[in-house]
Amino acid sequence: MRMSLAHRRWVWALRALLALALLGAGGAVARWGGAYLQRLVILFLINLMLVVSLNLFTGLTGVFSLGHVGFMALGAYTSAILTLPPALKAVNLPDLPAPLSNVTLPFLPALVAGGLVATAVAFLIGIPVLRLSGHFVAVATLGFLIIVRVVLINAEAFTRGTRTFTGVPPATTLGWAALWALLNLYVAMRVKGSALGLQIRAARDDPWGAQGVGVALGRVRLVAFLISAFFTGVAGGLWAHFLTAFSPNAFYFSKTFEIVVMMIVGGMGSISGSVLGTLLVMGSTELLRNLEPGISIGSITLGPLYGLSQIGLAILLMLLIAFRRQGLLGDREWGLEPIAERLGAWWEGRRAERVSLRVRKADP
Amino acid sequence: MQTLGSLEFWIQQGINALGLGSQYALMAVGLAMVFAVMRLINFAHGTVMMAGAYIGWLLLQRGTPFPLVALGMVLGAAALGIAMERVAYRPVRGAPDVALLLNSFAVAVLLENLAILIFSPRSRPFPMPEILTQVLHPGGDLFLPSIHLWALGGALLALTALALFVTRTRLGLAMRAAAENPTAAQLMGIDIGKVTLLAFAIGSAMAGLAVLFWTAHVGTINPGMGFEPVLKAFVACVIGGFGTIPGAVLGGYLLGALEIFLQGILPSGVVGYRDALVYAVLILILLARPGGVLGYLEAERV
Repeated sequence: MRMSLAHRRWVWALRALLALALLGAGGAVARWGGAYLQRLVILFLINLMLVVSLNLFTGLTGVFSLGHVGFMALGAYTSAILTLPPALKAVNLPDLPAPLSNVTLPFLPALVAGGLVATAVAFLIGIPVLRLSGHFVAVATLGFLIIVRVVLINAEAFTRGTRTFTGVPPATTLGWAALWALLNLYVAMRVKGSALGLQIRAARDDPWGAQGVGVALGRVRLVAFLISAFFTGVAGGLWAHFLTAFSPNAFYFSKTFEIVVMMIVGGMGSISGSVLGTLLVMGSTELLRNLEPGISIGSITLGPLYGLSQIGLAILLMLLIAFRRQGLLGDREWGLEPIAERLGAWWEGRRAERVSLRVRKADP
Repeated sequence: MQTLGSLEFWIQQGINALGLGSQYALMAVGLAMVFAVMRLINFAHGTVMMAGAYIGWLLLQRGTPFPLVALGMVLGAAALGIAMERVAYRPVRGAPDVALLLNSFAVAVLLENLAILIFSPRSRPFPMPEILTQVLHPGGDLFLPSIHLWALGGALLALTALALFVTRTRLGLAMRAAAENPTAAQLMGIDIGKVTLLAFAIGSAMAGLAVLFWTAHVGTINPGMGFEPVLKAFVACVIGGFGTIPGAVLGGYLLGALEIFLQGILPSGVVGYRDALVYAVLILILLARPGGVLGYLEAERV
């Protein structure tokens, strides 16, 4: 689609406005926001990365992965082992083998290393698993998630087993999280719009047709899987350096479920939908979680309501599947282009009106 | 403990494998029946087991005699299966595979967290009568936990009854027809809704029976108890061939044998990785023989 110069100007103006607004909001949260709000925003950005990455693979290819939290775990543990100071390693991980036990990497290289480990593992399991189809991939990737968990629990020299991994430096700031989340969003948008993205979506909508015109189904799926695993691994690293203490239980079923619901709410295949879905689901679970310690309405007190937020998520997912399976946005995007078009049309209209007024005055 | 590789060792392994395999077979049959009639991988099967266990626990608290407790577990599980089909699965019948799968996830999470809400997340002891928990010593160094005998006997009885039902009755024939070709079955006047409901009821009753043995084996119950066994039941279904009753039974026994075998031969340092190996086998079978050992269903491949 070709755009006129004026239209493109409007788009850029809107982009600048959006960037300024985001920057302003981020600055305001960093400067004046309380600790609670800041934590919530960082968590939102990390969740957003998880959802966007999952959507980048599952939404575009139509192949369901239930194993992405495994990549998150790989990124979290890898980066945490790399940034843990040697003095703490001697205490917490006494059996760590030699080269790892005395290196300490800065935050950014450790994050990237976590992402790369996730990518490498994704490559290994992607080659066999992506040859399957439909729910068989879902079951196989779920198997992968359980394998990761079993390894985390048993590789005590690296992970402390079921005990909590502690002492990770709290390096994830609002700025880092925002930077990575924006990069992730940008890459996801670019991939979706690229020739590769087009091939992937064609393969989703009509596998035989796409293969007929020369799309290498396995290869394009694998590329999406790898990009998606990289960002999921980085998100895991950010998460590890945000919480600073975690155990294998964090990377299991409830996290998987949470991310999947966020993706479905927003719409499979829609990147901007992922933003919306993450926002809505986090908002509602946060609300329900605050009710979990118990509510009192007048004189009636409802005791501790553990599990309320998960129940909320489950009911939400069931309703969505029954009544609005494509989620809020389907695989469409909320873009600035339609708004720019409308603004442009309005501006043109005003100018035309002014010109016509002037013409009429001069007429008699 | 017997020495590795001796005759006694193998007999002991065989006993354990049959006991565990019977439980897996009972669980896997329910999954297979539901998958056959509606192409749904029912993740909530494990929560049916959990619910069955809690029903038994509640009955036990009331001082109900044990045979009635066992019956209550089976019937309660069946009732829950029926309710689940009615409320959660019927509205979305015919939806794409993945939507059905996600729906069953939602049901599983919902029921598990309801149990947490009602019973608290902690584990509770489930006192079993001695007849289920005693260990017999048939000679030599062999151990024969009576639960293995119960599980084997229960599984043989229930599975034989199921086989007779499926092959010898009109309703069983209808069920097989619905699994083979739902459209043609409907044209022949078979009520698919009724058949689906029946598959849920029977499968869930089997799960209720399985959880009776499972609980006697483990000794405690908690809201998350159904998750791991149901995943194992999946592996069993995949090994044997998804969606067929003989495949599920065979897969259950093969999986039991595989687990016990790995447990027996792995050195103590790596025995913790047993489950990782089991799931690696799952992925390998999906690749090499997606139709399972019996090779019935052919998975699409790209």
